[in-house]
Amino acid sequence: MVTYIIRRILLSIPVLIGILFATFALSRLIPSDPCRAMLGEKATDIVCNEFIARHGLDKPIPTQFAVYMGEVFKGDFGRSFRFSLPITELIMQRLPTTVELAFAALMLSVVIGISLGIISAVRHNSWIDVVTMLWANIGVSMPVFWLGLMLAYIFSLTLKGTPFQLPPSGRLSPGLIPVPFYEVWSLDLVKGTFAFIIADFVSRMQVINSILSGDHKVLKDAVQHLILPAFALSTISTALIARMTRSSMLEVLGQDYIRTARAKGLRYRAVILKHTLRNALLPIVTVIGLSLGGLLGGAVLTETVFNLAGVGRILYEAITARDYGIVQGFTVVIAVFFVVVNLLVDLSYAYLDPRIRLE
Amino acid sequence: MANTISTLNAEALSLESVSLWSVTWKRLLRRKSAVVGIFILGLLIFIALTAHWLAPYDPTASMLDIPGYTGQATKRLPPCIHLLGCSQEEPQHIMGLDGNIRDEFSRLLYGARLSLMVGFATVTFAIVIGTVLGALAGYLGGWVDNAIMRVMDVLLAFPSLLLAIAIVTVLGPGLINALLAIGIVSIPAYARVMRSSVLSVREMDYVSATRSLGGNAYDILFRRILPNALTPLIVQGTLGIATAILDSAALSFLGLGAQPPTPEWGAMLGSERNQVFTAPHLVFYPGLAIMLTVLAFNLLGDGLRDALDPRLAHVS
Repeated sequence: MVTYIIRRILLSIPVLIGILFATFALSRLIPSDPCRAMLGEKATDIVCNEFIARHGLDKPIPTQFAVYMGEVFKGDFGRSFRFSLPITELIMQRLPTTVELAFAALMLSVVIGISLGIISAVRHNSWIDVVTMLWANIGVSMPVFWLGLMLAYIFSLTLKGTPFQLPPSGRLSPGLIPVPFYEVWSLDLVKGTFAFIIADFVSRMQVINSILSGDHKVLKDAVQHLILPAFALSTISTALIARMTRSSMLEVLGQDYIRTARAKGLRYRAVILKHTLRNALLPIVTVIGLSLGGLLGGAVLTETVFNLAGVGRILYEAITARDYGIVQGFTVVIAVFFVVVNLLVDLSYAYLDPRIRLE
Repeated sequence: MANTISTLNAEALSLESVSLWSVTWKRLLRRKSAVVGIFILGLLIFIALTAHWLAPYDPTASMLDIPGYTGQATKRLPPCIHLLGCSQEEPQHIMGLDGNIRDEFSRLLYGARLSLMVGFATVTFAIVIGTVLGALAGYLGGWVDNAIMRVMDVLLAFPSLLLAIAIVTVLGPGLINALLAIGIVSIPAYARVMRSSVLSVREMDYVSATRSLGGNAYDILFRRILPNALTPLIVQGTLGIATAILDSAALSFLGLGAQPPTPEWGAMLGSERNQVFTAPHLVFYPGLAIMLTVLAFNLLGDGLRDALDPRLAHVS
């Protein structure tokens, strides 16, 4: 098992280097010279020569790449010329919102998707199966930005005044200022230390922070603001997971050992959950891992629709302003995150299916 | 046992030359969902081909610029449908007017043209490059295989929409650049399909036979191996069109794809998204159109996968 984990980790290193090279190459492919792309058309030659020397753009490409890799490993993605802030700092500020949103959407799609898939498989060809699959087909074809806007319209305008009314935008209601949990707990964290960075990151996830600091008002508000975006974002992955669960369950349900389990008198529930689901889980886990990529991409759209100040929103703004450094930095972070998740998915195979780790 | 043999014989006797495509078509028509997909797609192709006849107005012209226009040319006018009781004096706009006083319905019809074109163009681009790369990787093996497939791994390591966004940021916004970005992002899927097909038939006897008869690499790759890879490529391609349309709509929604005044569904939706509470019709219809189009390709792709799957042959 340990050798399997080590081998799998080593295998993802070339991919990580490839990701860095791809983003590096993209930044060097920018049409027109990078200096004027970064500093604006009006930059003079003197300013530009200084800029080129400072960023080492006059050095050979392999040297530049080595320098870039070194910087990224130190967690340095350069500065954003628009915000005049280190990009790493911007990432640490914005990433928690996106992670929270993507995680909420993932939870929704796993719970709803697997439940619907099981029900569909167990009640194969019943009306509930037909409806679920019809809905799943529509779900995978859903433009999330459209669904988001329609949900915002329905839940904040049509249902206005009913208990189902939900806020259409923002992370918290205006006027609510959450206190970071480490201040509530009066932890004395020094700014810049690792512990502070982690605590600060966690405290920016509003739901978790309000639970940790025991603020019910903020918690309720944060959850209310999260429901619509998370639901919109989860649609495609819910549909994919429901479809995969159904077909994988159906395949396992046809096996002889399921009939044996029933014949020896095991309860139906136990057979479905322990014998069938456990064995049907492998392809489901694959789809869950793969759909996380879609969730991260979809988060850009969802955050734009719901005005959430996460990675997606800043990415969108950076694109419009041509702030390449931000686009590059965020792309690297999210791609690396995606690689790590896929690594975890692969490792979970080894846990779910002992045959794999013996190979 | 005897029973099986006699069935087999009976089948062998009744064998006529039936092409793969007529069998596939028959199987496809037996699936309700695929039929729905084919129907929507047929309708879309019809609309795309006849948009210039069907559309009541020029999709890019403001009502203010239309000579002899008698209606009230107000921004974001709600739909006016005569059958539903809209005054006969008012000119009919079944989906209302948009933020630039253009007829939303006409724009929507022309949008079908663009969306189908986007889907086919990106997938064709990705299939051509992907198959060539996959074929080279699978056929030559060794370091070529390694080099090509590692690059594909890196491309797959990015969430696809995000990579497309990064590429468009570098290339600059615009429909063609968006198509290129989505095309590049979808290459790995086809390269993988082609490579695994090549690997699975490379050592087959009929390929060796071609080689020993003096067939060159071109003959072997494109006459012997490619036809075998066609089935998975078609399925992947059909589902790929769905993804391409969805992603390009997303890019246009973000302002990275089609630029105004192009009647593109994602862009139409994106430019009016802040008006969703005052003019929901301008958000609802383009989104519905995107969803139906993507749904059609998804249903067709799923249907094709089942119809072309030899393991399900007994169903026919």
